[in-house]
Amino acid sequence: MSSDAAALRDTSYGRRYLPFAYPALGLTAAVIVFPWMFTLFMSVHEWKIGSAREFVGFANFAKLATDPRFIESIGHTLYFTALAVALPVVFGTAAALIFNERFPLRGLLRAVFILPMMATPVAVALVWTMMFHPQLGVLNYLLTAVGLPPALWVYAPSTVIPSLVLVEVWHWTPLVMLIVLGGLTAAPTEPYESARIDGANAWQMFRLITLPLIMPFIVLATVIRTIDALKAFDTIYVITGGGPGTASETINIYLYLQAFSFYNIGYASAVVVVFFVLIIALALVLLWLRQKAKWS
Amino acid sequence: MAAAESEMVMSDAGPGLGWRIRETAWRFAFGVAVFVIVSPAITVMLWMLSLSFKNDVDNMAFPPVFVPSPPTLANFEAVFENNNLGQNLINSIIVTGLATLVALVVGVPAGYGIAKAQAHKIAIGILIARITPALSYLIPLYMLFQLIGLTGTVWPIVITHLVITLPIVIYIMIGFFETLPPDLEEAALIDGCTLWQAFRHVAMPLARPGIVVGTVLSIIFSWNNFIFGAVLGGRTTRTLPVAVYNMLTFEQVAWGPLAAAALLVTAPVLILTLFIQKEIVGGLTAGGVKGG
Repeated sequence: MSSDAAALRDTSYGRRYLPFAYPALGLTAAVIVFPWMFTLFMSVHEWKIGSAREFVGFANFAKLATDPRFIESIGHTLYFTALAVALPVVFGTAAALIFNERFPLRGLLRAVFILPMMATPVAVALVWTMMFHPQLGVLNYLLTAVGLPPALWVYAPSTVIPSLVLVEVWHWTPLVMLIVLGGLTAAPTEPYESARIDGANAWQMFRLITLPLIMPFIVLATVIRTIDALKAFDTIYVITGGGPGTASETINIYLYLQAFSFYNIGYASAVVVVFFVLIIALALVLLWLRQKAKWS
Repeated sequence: MAAAESEMVMSDAGPGLGWRIRETAWRFAFGVAVFVIVSPAITVMLWMLSLSFKNDVDNMAFPPVFVPSPPTLANFEAVFENNNLGQNLINSIIVTGLATLVALVVGVPAGYGIAKAQAHKIAIGILIARITPALSYLIPLYMLFQLIGLTGTVWPIVITHLVITLPIVIYIMIGFFETLPPDLEEAALIDGCTLWQAFRHVAMPLARPGIVVGTVLSIIFSWNNFIFGAVLGGRTTRTLPVAVYNMLTFEQVAWGPLAAAALLVTAPVLILTLFIQKEIVGGLTAGGVKGG
């Protein structure tokens, strides 16, 4: 009856704890909110490091709309992201199903399995660079050993993005595994017992019980992977630097070059704004799909 | 767990020959599956080991030499001789240590406050920090540091690393404090403790496992970070990953020292992961966090 009053009391009770978060909020504002504001400010200026700043309104954005290199980089980013989301989600879910079983050495093998995502990206990228080498790399040795023709990997425009996706899949499949495994661990056991009594087979149980139970986690993993793949930087930068030519130049790499190779701070800030909007938009679409999936 | 056990139970009524064959086949197939999913991770790591302990001739051989014979430490000696890795190591320790320390000092109370106040909006705000690309902080902060004359020191790198460490610590601590039963703190409050005392002497000791996970993940992802150090680090303030990247540009053909350097940077993180894998898995499953 007086649930409103109780709720009110609860809120004010909770509010007393907010000061605990103030220092962190202050710091966050300083290192996160300030940069956003300043980025917006810079994006409407023509500003090259070392020369004067000039207000140009939306000219940077207008220029972006007709910048072929930027438009090309959007294509590269979406191509890379599509592959670097789909493959880890499939493999990571399969791995989670495997690691959810009990078997000898499970803890140790699971630790080994997550090593790639904990390893330093630069180190990982260096090793992959050496493995990709067309003449001396171990990957081409393995290809020819099983009778396949050698590939040019990251040294040819047509194969560079799939090759970088290979590294990304190797690197981040463990994260998907961990998220889905979290869902599997939390799943109740009763549905399986009653399904067994009803005579369901293993595939039916997976399809009708397990999959719906872990679906929210698969969607969560997809959202996180999408954001991370859009932002991917370290391995691409170290392995190809956007090359050969501009064949693997993603938005993030183009952004880096504009800012820290060409020092076009104003123009780079405009790229940041567009990039950020793209990331938020894709994340929102995925979250909306998640809501829809929940209700149906 | 349930799926496999139930499959075995259902596949046949009694423990006859057919059942045993199926059981063996299932075990074999499962073993193969485990091998297939674990092998890419272990193979690349072993290849890094192999490259770093082989001499230059073997590293350039085709077909490749897989096992170093005899293993040599020459690559590691070369790395230390030609580079100022000691300085880079100190820089990395300062940056990671300070960024993690500050994140703990302000992040643990913040996680507590947000969990207690059920301030979901603040939690979402922290998630947005996780979504934002690192470069979008970097450009404005780079300009700011130039303006106030901090470039060339280690401070800009420490400050930017807070973008990595703070969200990790806060996010993991929210998760931990939310699962903590409130009874003990409430008893402390009734006994006349202030909110801070109840946090400091009751809730925080109970959350020690969470603090350990948050610390380790914060250390790992700060240690691994490349881009902040690459842009903000000068010759004397480079962190280890940046120093290793620079070796790539200067010693493109010397694979042995490159692999040795890569191994040196990432070995502490890999060893840490193997040692406390259970806690790390728990922390990551709960949060789905990742730095950078």
